[in-house]
Amino acid sequence: MLKKTKKIVIAGHVDHGKSTLIGRLLLDTNSLPAARLSEIEKIARESGKDLELAFLVDQLKEERRRKMTIDTTQTNFKWKEKNYTLIDAPGHKELIKNMLTGASMAESAILIIDAQQGLKEQTRRHAYLIKMLGIKQLIVVLNKMDLLDYRFKDFKKLNARLLSFLKALGIRPYCVIPLSAKEGENIVSLSKRMPWYRGEFLLQALDNMQPAQKEGKKPLRFCVQDTYQSGKEKIILGKVLSGSIKKNQRAVVMPSFKKIKIKAIRVYKEKRARAAAGESIGLIIRPALHIRRGGIISHPASPLMPRHKFNSRIFWLSAKPLRTQRHAFLRILAQEACCSVEKITQRINSTTLAMLAKESKELRLNEVAQVSWETKQPLLMENFSFIEELGRFVVESKNSLLGIGIITE
Amino acid sequence: MDHLSELENKTIFLVREAYARFRNIALLWSIGKDSTTLLWIARKAFFGKIPFPIIHIDTSFKFPEIYAFRKKYVKIWGLDLIVCKNLPALKAKVSPEQTKYTCCNSLKTEALKIGLKKYGFKALLLAIRRDEHGIRAKERYFSPRNAHFKWNYQNQPAEIWDFYQSRAAQGEHLRIHPMLHWSELDVWRYIQREKIPAVKLYFSAGGKRYRSIGCAPCCKPINSDADTIGKIIHELKTTKEAERSGRAQDKEDIYNMQRLRSLGYM
Repeated sequence: MLKKTKKIVIAGHVDHGKSTLIGRLLLDTNSLPAARLSEIEKIARESGKDLELAFLVDQLKEERRRKMTIDTTQTNFKWKEKNYTLIDAPGHKELIKNMLTGASMAESAILIIDAQQGLKEQTRRHAYLIKMLGIKQLIVVLNKMDLLDYRFKDFKKLNARLLSFLKALGIRPYCVIPLSAKEGENIVSLSKRMPWYRGEFLLQALDNMQPAQKEGKKPLRFCVQDTYQSGKEKIILGKVLSGSIKKNQRAVVMPSFKKIKIKAIRVYKEKRARAAAGESIGLIIRPALHIRRGGIISHPASPLMPRHKFNSRIFWLSAKPLRTQRHAFLRILAQEACCSVEKITQRINSTTLAMLAKESKELRLNEVAQVSWETKQPLLMENFSFIEELGRFVVESKNSLLGIGIITE
Repeated sequence: MDHLSELENKTIFLVREAYARFRNIALLWSIGKDSTTLLWIARKAFFGKIPFPIIHIDTSFKFPEIYAFRKKYVKIWGLDLIVCKNLPALKAKVSPEQTKYTCCNSLKTEALKIGLKKYGFKALLLAIRRDEHGIRAKERYFSPRNAHFKWNYQNQPAEIWDFYQSRAAQGEHLRIHPMLHWSELDVWRYIQREKIPAVKLYFSAGGKRYRSIGCAPCCKPINSDADTIGKIIHELKTTKEAERSGRAQDKEDIYNMQRLRSLGYM
C-alpha cells in the first residue's frame, strides 16, 4: 500500500528564505526535472548573478522580477521512499490570505527565521497562525547561518529568544535546526561547518517527526453535500467527518431532528456495510427524505445539537473592522448564516501578543480576539479541538475573506 | 485509507461540491490521461451517470487516435458530449504554422469562449495538476475567470480549509480543479488500479511513446520502451525529463504558459 504524503508548509517573514529552502530541498533530493534546473541556470547566466533557487517555485514573471513570492504554491519531492508536499507561503504582510490558503492545507510546518535578523513581524504572526490552524508538528530552522560564519554563539542567543517566544504561544517545536539553504548546510546531511550542532539535519527531522496521534473514538458526523436522484433512488451525497456509519443503523438528521434508518451505503457500484471518516459516499435512507445541504447525520445516542450561541477565536484579515452588534456572514462546513457579534473580548496584537483590550467594540486588521456570536438560524458545530472540520469557519463578504475562526465553546 | 483512495475521495468531494454549488456545469475532456481519469471519477461520484455535459475542445489538429477514443467511450459511458470549435478561425486557416501562442489561444481558449457563451455554464471542471507546470502550481481548486476569461493570478481569492469560492458574479465563471493535488505518477497508478482505458499513444510503439498528448503537430514523443502501464510507472519513477517537455506551446518562451493561462487557457 502506498504511504500518504506528508504536507508541510514553509512559513516565516518575507526574505527569510522560504522559497530558497524549497528550491534547495528539491535540488538536493534530486527531484527536479532537467528542464527546470536548466531554466534557472539560464536565468543566472544571462543576469550574471548567482543561481536563484527560489525561482524554482517562484514561477510567475512578477515574482521573479520583484524577488518575492506572491502566491502559495505546492511542490513534491521524495526522500528515502517517502513522499512530501512542500507548500510555499508568501511572507509579505499584505499577502496573509495567500499564506493561510497554503498553511490551512498542511499538517506540519517549518518556520524559517533569518538568523541574522531574528524574529520579525511575520515570523511571529505566522507562528501564531500555525498554532491557531491546529498544526501540531513544527520544525524551526535558523537560516542564513553562512552570513554569521556558522557561529554557535549567535545560534545560542537567538535560540533562547525563540524558545521563550514559542513557549508564550504554547508551541513546543520538534526541533530547532541551524542551517543555510543557500549553501546547503544541515539539509541532507549534518554540516561539517557547524560541528557544534549534534541534532538532526532537516530531512532527517522531517522523516522522524511523527503525526500527532488521533485521540480516542469520535461520534459519527456525516455532512450532507447534496441530494441526487439516480434512477428511482434518491441518494444523499456527503462525507463522513468522524466516527463511522453502518448499514441498517438508526440515525438522526440535524437540524430537523428527523429520525431515519440507513438502508444502504453506496460507493459507486459497491454496496458497503460500513464507511469511515474521510470517505465521500452516498446514503440511501428510509424514509426517503430530502435533506438540505449542510445537514448533519449522527447516531441517535450522540446527536449533534443545533446551537444559537457560540464562542470563537477570530483572526481578522480585513481593513474594515468587525464590530459588536453588527451582522456578519459565516460559513461553517456547508452551512451559511448571518450571525450577530455579541461580544469581543481579549483583543490581542497577533505579533506582539500584547493585550489591546479586555473588552472591545471592534476587532481590527491582523488582530485576534474571542468573539461571541448569536444566530437566529440554528447552526451545527463542534469545538475545533474535538472535530476540526466542524469547528472552523470563515467570515466573508461578497466572495472575499474577512476573517477566519475556530469554535472554542 | 491508502494514498490513492485519499486522492480519489477528495476529488469526488470536489466534483460533487461543484455540482451542488453551480448545477449548470460541464467537464472539459481533452481525452488525455488526466481528464479521462477525472471523467472516470465523476462517473463514480454520480454512480455511473454524469449529470452534466462533457466538453471536448476540438482544434481539428488532434491525433486520429484521440478522435477514435472519443467516439468509442462517448457511447460506452453514455456521455452528453459537446464539441467546441472555433469555426471562424479554422476557416481563416489558423494553425500551428503561426505562433503556438496564437494557435492555442485561438483554437482552444477562443473555442471555449464560444461554447461557454452558447451554453452559459457557471463552472467548468478541469483536470490540471500542480506538478504539471509551475504556473498551474499557483492555481486554486475553485478559480474565478471574468467575462473576458482573464485569470487574476496576482490577486486570487483565499481558499482556507475546505471553503471554496461559492458564487460566480455576473459574466464570471469558475474553473474548478478537482485533481490539482495529484501527481503524474498518482494518475498512472490510479489508472492501473481502476483499469481505466487510455489512448494508445501513451504506450511505446517502435521505441517511442507520448507522455502528454494534445494536437498532433505540437506533440513530440519521447524515447521509451514502456508499452504497459506497469512499465510507464517504472519509467516515471526514475525520469529526469519534465512531463510536458514534448509540448511545443510550453517552450516558445519561458513565460508563454503564464501568458496563455492569464488569458483563459487551460
